[in-house]
Amino acid sequence: MARMKFLCDADRCIECNACVTACKNEHEVPWGINRRRVVTINDGKPGERSISMACMHCTDAPCAAVCPVNCFYTTADAVVLHSKDLCIGCGYCFYACPFGAPQYPKVGNFGSRGKMDKCTYCAGGPEADGSKAEYEKYGANRLAEGKLPLCAEMCSTKSLLAGDGEIIAQIYKERVMKRGYGSGAWGWKTAYRETIES
Amino acid sequence: MASFGRFIRLAVGAWALLLLVTAAPAGAQQVNPTASAVKEQQLLQELNRIQGRVSIPDQRSGVLEQPQGREWREFRDVTLRWIGGIAILGMIAAIVIFYLTVGMVRLEAGRSGRTIVRFNAFERFVHWLTASCFIVLAISGLNITFGRPLLLPLIGFEAFSEWSQWAKFAHNYLSFPFTLGVVLIFLMWIGGNIPSKVDVEWAKRGGGLIGHDHPPAYRFNAGQKMIYWIVVIGGGLVAASGYALMFPFYGTGIEGMQMAQIVHSIVAVLFVAAMIAHIYIGTIGMEGAFEAMGSGEVDVNWAREHHSLWLDEQKARTGPNDGQPQPATAAAE
Repeated sequence: MARMKFLCDADRCIECNACVTACKNEHEVPWGINRRRVVTINDGKPGERSISMACMHCTDAPCAAVCPVNCFYTTADAVVLHSKDLCIGCGYCFYACPFGAPQYPKVGNFGSRGKMDKCTYCAGGPEADGSKAEYEKYGANRLAEGKLPLCAEMCSTKSLLAGDGEIIAQIYKERVMKRGYGSGAWGWKTAYRETIES
Repeated sequence: MASFGRFIRLAVGAWALLLLVTAAPAGAQQVNPTASAVKEQQLLQELNRIQGRVSIPDQRSGVLEQPQGREWREFRDVTLRWIGGIAILGMIAAIVIFYLTVGMVRLEAGRSGRTIVRFNAFERFVHWLTASCFIVLAISGLNITFGRPLLLPLIGFEAFSEWSQWAKFAHNYLSFPFTLGVVLIFLMWIGGNIPSKVDVEWAKRGGGLIGHDHPPAYRFNAGQKMIYWIVVIGGGLVAASGYALMFPFYGTGIEGMQMAQIVHSIVAVLFVAAMIAHIYIGTIGMEGAFEAMGSGEVDVNWAREHHSLWLDEQKARTGPNDGQPQPATAAAE
């Protein structure tokens, strides 16, 4: 089985935010929640880089480890998903996440946390693949249709890569070799405890 | 010939230009365009987090990476369970051993049949308001830390999630009356809980817990004063840290919330351990003690044995009616 990962080639990201928009539209993500966002570091200074970031679907995911109700599960493709039926909206995954992925709609009294929402790697949730219930809670299940996450699929500069970790790492290595530079696989060391040597 | 010379100049110029143009990329390849680029590991080493600018309205999402959640995870999954387990089980074990060896602290003189008001209705209301909230908060809080390994395997995912959801609501909402109770306790009993010389003597004699010793005490002895300050300081800390978690990003970031959770949970498990001791001594640990918070009136002999100086004060106030219930004066204390 594949080990699905995201890789953002920061030397190609132009901060167009198409990945953000694609994600919001594909999954009809609720207002105020962004499963993916583009962060620009050293904005306007020499060496500025933009990185598109969402849930990285970590190896030995911290969110899953700290969840008091154990609502997370990892698919055969190593995608970290959760059940909104089990989630109690406590906020613990959000304290543990290195990437700020979990977010909570303010639905409770005094704007308290509702069921957590995060990037699903376009792989839906525990409901039947492609079902209406799955779409309403988690958005589209593209993986079940044999497609990759839409954010990466429609990235205009092919900066954001999604797919099997070894394959996208190979693509990135070849790029770095060809152009002679690369600012590294952002977040990989934190998420997967490994980085791409190039 | 002039035109030929011009042609030559032009040709040489064109060649030179062509050479320059083709040479340019070859030269540029020597320059690394990422030489000044931001480096992930360097940024993480500097600040232990990476932050930038986002163009979406949610400015908090500008934090790209903050790996310290890993340390917090270690605390939540391992350290806290050890601290909580040792504190609570240790306290229960100590009490069980104490009860089995020493047993209930009896009234040595027996009951006199006469009573004296110890806590008026308002004081008892505040006590039980705080106490009942505390018990629900403690159980629902312990569920967050210990429920997954202990309760979830027994009742299954759905039932455990349902229970935890209600426990979370109870935990959040009962925090308000609990905080009110802590504030009222602080104001109501501060007068009798300032440490004094009598407490040193009381503590030196071990509170008379073992043997038949009865060190003198005013309305609150050193042990009760300790409970009072545990409730006031511990309650204040859990309330402050709890509200930081309940209202995310009001004055705290993720690191602040991790810290708040650490403070909240450590204080809470120690608080629970202390309250187990408090509940023990107020119920099966000491004969005649529960009445103080039950009916509000204690036996005069109980007052004489455990709070001799307080009884003298009350007697002086009430005059010859030795130990008659006097709610007004008791409240004024």
